[in-house]
Amino acid sequence: MTAQDHLAILPIVLPLAAGAITLIVDERRLALKAAISLVASVLLVAVGIVLAGLTGDSSVIVYRVGDWAAPFGIVLVVDRLSAAMVLLAAVLGFASLTFSLARWQRAGPRFHTLVQFLLMGVNGAFLTGDLFNLFVFFEVFLTASYALALHGSGEPRVRASLHYITVNLAASLLFLIGVSLIYAAAGTLNMADLARQWREGAVAHRALYETGGAILGIAFLAKAGMWPLCFWLPGAYAAASAPAAALFAVLSKVGVYAILRIGTLFLGADVAASPSPGTPWLVLAGMGTLAYGTLGVLASQNLPRLASYSVLVSSGTLLAAIAIGNAALTGAALYYLVVSAVALSAFFLLVELVDRGRRPGADMLAVTAEAFGAEGDDEDDIGESIQAPTALLGLAFAACAIMMAGLPPLAGFIGKFAMLHALLESETVSITSWTLVALLIVSGFTTIIAMARAGVRRFWASPDASVPHVLVVEFAPVVLLLALCVALTVEAGPLARYLDAAAQALHAPDRYVDGVLSKR
Amino acid sequence: MNELVVSAAIGVLTGSGMWLLLRPRTFQVAIGLSLLSYAVNLFIFVMGRLRTGAAPVVPAGAAADPSLYADPLPQALVLTAIVISFATTALLLVVLLASRGSSGTDHVDGSEPD
Repeated sequence: MTAQDHLAILPIVLPLAAGAITLIVDERRLALKAAISLVASVLLVAVGIVLAGLTGDSSVIVYRVGDWAAPFGIVLVVDRLSAAMVLLAAVLGFASLTFSLARWQRAGPRFHTLVQFLLMGVNGAFLTGDLFNLFVFFEVFLTASYALALHGSGEPRVRASLHYITVNLAASLLFLIGVSLIYAAAGTLNMADLARQWREGAVAHRALYETGGAILGIAFLAKAGMWPLCFWLPGAYAAASAPAAALFAVLSKVGVYAILRIGTLFLGADVAASPSPGTPWLVLAGMGTLAYGTLGVLASQNLPRLASYSVLVSSGTLLAAIAIGNAALTGAALYYLVVSAVALSAFFLLVELVDRGRRPGADMLAVTAEAFGAEGDDEDDIGESIQAPTALLGLAFAACAIMMAGLPPLAGFIGKFAMLHALLESETVSITSWTLVALLIVSGFTTIIAMARAGVRRFWASPDASVPHVLVVEFAPVVLLLALCVALTVEAGPLARYLDAAAQALHAPDRYVDGVLSKR
Repeated sequence: MNELVVSAAIGVLTGSGMWLLLRPRTFQVAIGLSLLSYAVNLFIFVMGRLRTGAAPVVPAGAAADPSLYADPLPQALVLTAIVISFATTALLLVVLLASRGSSGTDHVDGSEPD
């Protein structure tokens, strides 16, 4: 093995090492911890870029942990999709860590350690080629996320975390049941080996296998925030501290990734003799999530909840698009996944800055004022100039709104347009496609309404017009993520081609399967 | 007969766990999750093609027939699952106590229903 071969395990080892070191370092030496954590996350971004470059020619990097042969030992597999997801998580991790330098890293113990372990678990889930290993990495990042959800403590966080932890523990148990059913039916947990058996019709107990797959799917969907399994999500995400919530934006995408990987790899409709029985249900559930998220966005009375429901909108869009299941649509959905994760992360960070220094209860005041038609003394405000921080925050807010609603000219529009194009491309457009098209457009429209209303309330007609005190180090990650959105818009071609190839590879996983099983 | 006993045990554990999970008190929820995880651990174990009187470890050097040996993987899976559910249950207990301390009630919503 050359040094390059070991790159595949670096996204797991690097955060593990950084997390372990920051755990040992004394809590009072926060600067040192922050430096270690930041360096590790910068290196992680670099590793992600290198991995994305290496897999760009559709090669599959297979790393055998402990050098055991493929169906018996645990393998890590890097293909286009894994590399892109690792890079996405690394970038969001870096932005979130930078944001936390100003305030949040001091709000509770061991913040940096938890973020690093979360990144380790997320990267492991993206890279692993073994079903049980996937469970272990899910638990690693979930456990870190339980602690991060509590970061900063306070009664609302404890209450929301209690629900979050309970629901996810129950979902983890479903995950285990699904895994053991699949093991009973197929006798292996290696994902490539399962795919081979499924395609060759070698699975002994087909019904048991499909049941296991369905239960596994429920576990992933609970984590991805599918309606009606998503009621824990808005509360937990809205209550979490800003840097934690910005990281959580990628957690629901891990669930979507798992659905995508497992749905195409060893329960794939296009590789089996008959279509997968869960697919129509998944389309419906995705649309349900989209509709529920849309209603939630419209009904949200404060910005954190608005952001949390936007996570559901994003999840619903992705689930429905993935479930319809042609490769062109999946490629467009992957582009949307990347863009919406970056935009949501930026929005979660921005929300905290915008809301800072507001009176508690100001949101309720604003909404009741609207409901009862109470006009403030507008005359008093005339001639008051808008201060620089407010203007900058307002600009960033508008950019986030444009991204999340999918308006031109930013990348959100390209993602949504690509999906609509893929939906309407075929000769006969089914009623399902039309429904999804309608839902996508309506959800974009309601996002504009909700964001415009919230923006007007915050920046133009705020009942307490105090200028939030914002540090450069806090605003920089928001700018970084938004600049990334602009870059994704300008360089949409190469990225879309890369992700389109990733989707093609997902729908024809020979290379993945052969890559894992033939490596000796 | 054995199958019946084991599946009945798993069923009773799952049923009790589910019922407790849906109760409004945090301690009941914690116990419910514990019972469910016992049930799941047993389930993984019996799903692993159990056999009696066979060794799980092949002697070194011998080209043994794998069909004569027990599958050691389910044990490894169960062990991992036990460790993880033990740790997460401990974490849940901490959050449960924090919730009791900050809200003054052991209701799962942090406040008594009216």
